[in-house]
Amino acid sequence: MTTSTMALSSLRIPRSPAHTATIYLKETKYEFLKNFRIPMYTASVLSFPLMFYVLFGLFLYSKEAIGHTGAPTYLIATYGTFGVMGASLFGTAAGLSADRGLGWLQVKRASPMPPFAYFFAKVITSMVFSATIVLALFALGILFGGVRMPILEFAKLVGTLVAGSVPFSAMGLALGYFTGPNSAPPTINLIYLPMSFCSGLWVPFMFLPKFLQQIALVLPPYHLSQLALSVVGAGRNGSNLTHWEILIAFTMICMGVARIGFQRDQEQMYG
Amino acid sequence: MRATLEKISGEDVQSGFTVASLESVNKNYGSVQALRNVNFCVRAGEIAALLGPNGAGKTTAVKLLLGLTPPNSGKVRVLGGDPTNPENRTRTGAMLQVGRVPETLRVREHIDLFSSYYRNPMPASDVLAAAGLERLRDRKFAELSGGQKQRVLFALAICGDPDLLFLDEPTVGLDVEARRLLWEEIRDLARRGKTILLTTHYLQEADSLADRIVVINKGEIIAEGTPAEIKAQTSGKKIRCVTRLNLNAVRSIPGVIEVKEDREALEIRTSDAERVVRELLADDETVSGLEITAAGLEEAFLALTQDAVRNGNQTS
Repeated sequence: MTTSTMALSSLRIPRSPAHTATIYLKETKYEFLKNFRIPMYTASVLSFPLMFYVLFGLFLYSKEAIGHTGAPTYLIATYGTFGVMGASLFGTAAGLSADRGLGWLQVKRASPMPPFAYFFAKVITSMVFSATIVLALFALGILFGGVRMPILEFAKLVGTLVAGSVPFSAMGLALGYFTGPNSAPPTINLIYLPMSFCSGLWVPFMFLPKFLQQIALVLPPYHLSQLALSVVGAGRNGSNLTHWEILIAFTMICMGVARIGFQRDQEQMYG
Repeated sequence: MRATLEKISGEDVQSGFTVASLESVNKNYGSVQALRNVNFCVRAGEIAALLGPNGAGKTTAVKLLLGLTPPNSGKVRVLGGDPTNPENRTRTGAMLQVGRVPETLRVREHIDLFSSYYRNPMPASDVLAAAGLERLRDRKFAELSGGQKQRVLFALAICGDPDLLFLDEPTVGLDVEARRLLWEEIRDLARRGKTILLTTHYLQEADSLADRIVVINKGEIIAEGTPAEIKAQTSGKKIRCVTRLNLNAVRSIPGVIEVKEDREALEIRTSDAERVVRELLADDETVSGLEITAAGLEEAFLALTQDAVRNGNQTS
């Protein structure tokens, strides 16, 4: 009995681009459906930023200005950042840690699924949820808060925030590789809630005490919120490029951490 | 030298072409040696069973064959290629033990997604029929019973119409009827030319399904052969009877290897059944419930694993 390989192993034809695209599409579609159909998931990811916005932006401070921007407009940028961050972290980290801890990821990896499709699906799904949150905030702001802005500015703000979901999806993947299914949600909360506060996402940056303002400079949500705020003219006169560079560097670091976690997983006996 | 072909043919099956193999494989997780110098192969068209107790290394062997983890030394070959290459998996299917499957997706959606990974998947209706899931196609996974969930995992393994199937403890948790149906389905797959490697600690399953059994314990292969060959490794017969003779008296009958109590009866293992029976009938005219059977796989397995332990103790 012999096994043999010849140059004929080049008979193995790679998938056509159309086939690969179909896989990526279906993977994303089902990842989205899977999350969307969990009422608590959809509700909690959407409701926190919306609730805060309604309370602070539409009730308490609706007639106030923050700096020289009206509160309802300013708070779309900050609560939008908060919502995007939450959607991305929970979308990726919680799902990944559960899939890993309970063996489902292993089933997917044992199949011919292209590994990258799994991550792609999670990132895109986070983007879709992020876009939904931002659009919902805008709907509230326009209908009840008197928010008005040129269409281009609106598109730029939505685009900035949705693009900003990528660094937090990367962060979620890194977290997902180093937490278990039960510890992931509390760990996420423990990290992202203080981070949001210190970045000026709840209490606007200019009202934070000086030492917290210093801390904010190294926090990714601060940089994303500054990019969003600068679209509506409420940024702190920093270079936008710096903010993008920091977010990109942050993304790369998280991907590196995720990769370490991926390799560590291969050497686990169970799970 | 033969090529690795895209399809396994009838001649491959005839010639015993090797479809998957572990060659001199060592695998450890930290300080735990999971597999020690393991050599075995799976041949085209056969049902091979990897049989061993929990913790023997069966799941590790399957993980290596699926390319989920690399060996520390030695070679793993699947369909002539390296199993860590995702392309290789377009011709294999796997049913693994899982704690969680996405609950909010429907049965047909799970099958749709997994089928999309393969080049020539089976039509969805065939997959549902083969796994007995036709009436459940729109059910969400959370709404299924334990046995039905197992059948979905089986469906995911076969939906791509793979040439080589890995089934890790496929009937765990199934009731008798469901287990029989799955066995039938597995036999049907083999009849259609597929190659199947299943792992199990359930002796009757290996006996009933496998063309060849590989017995593994504590990371080492301790025996290999057809079910008949494995059973022949322990000599003799098993006599069961209800007798008023006490245990020690029976034990002292010449030809008796071992005696065990089984509720109201005694189970006697012997290499010379006729002699022992003659002695029993002579010593006790009230003896009843007499049964003589060939030593089963369970005896063979226990003997093999105990021998391995004994030999291990002698050499260490």
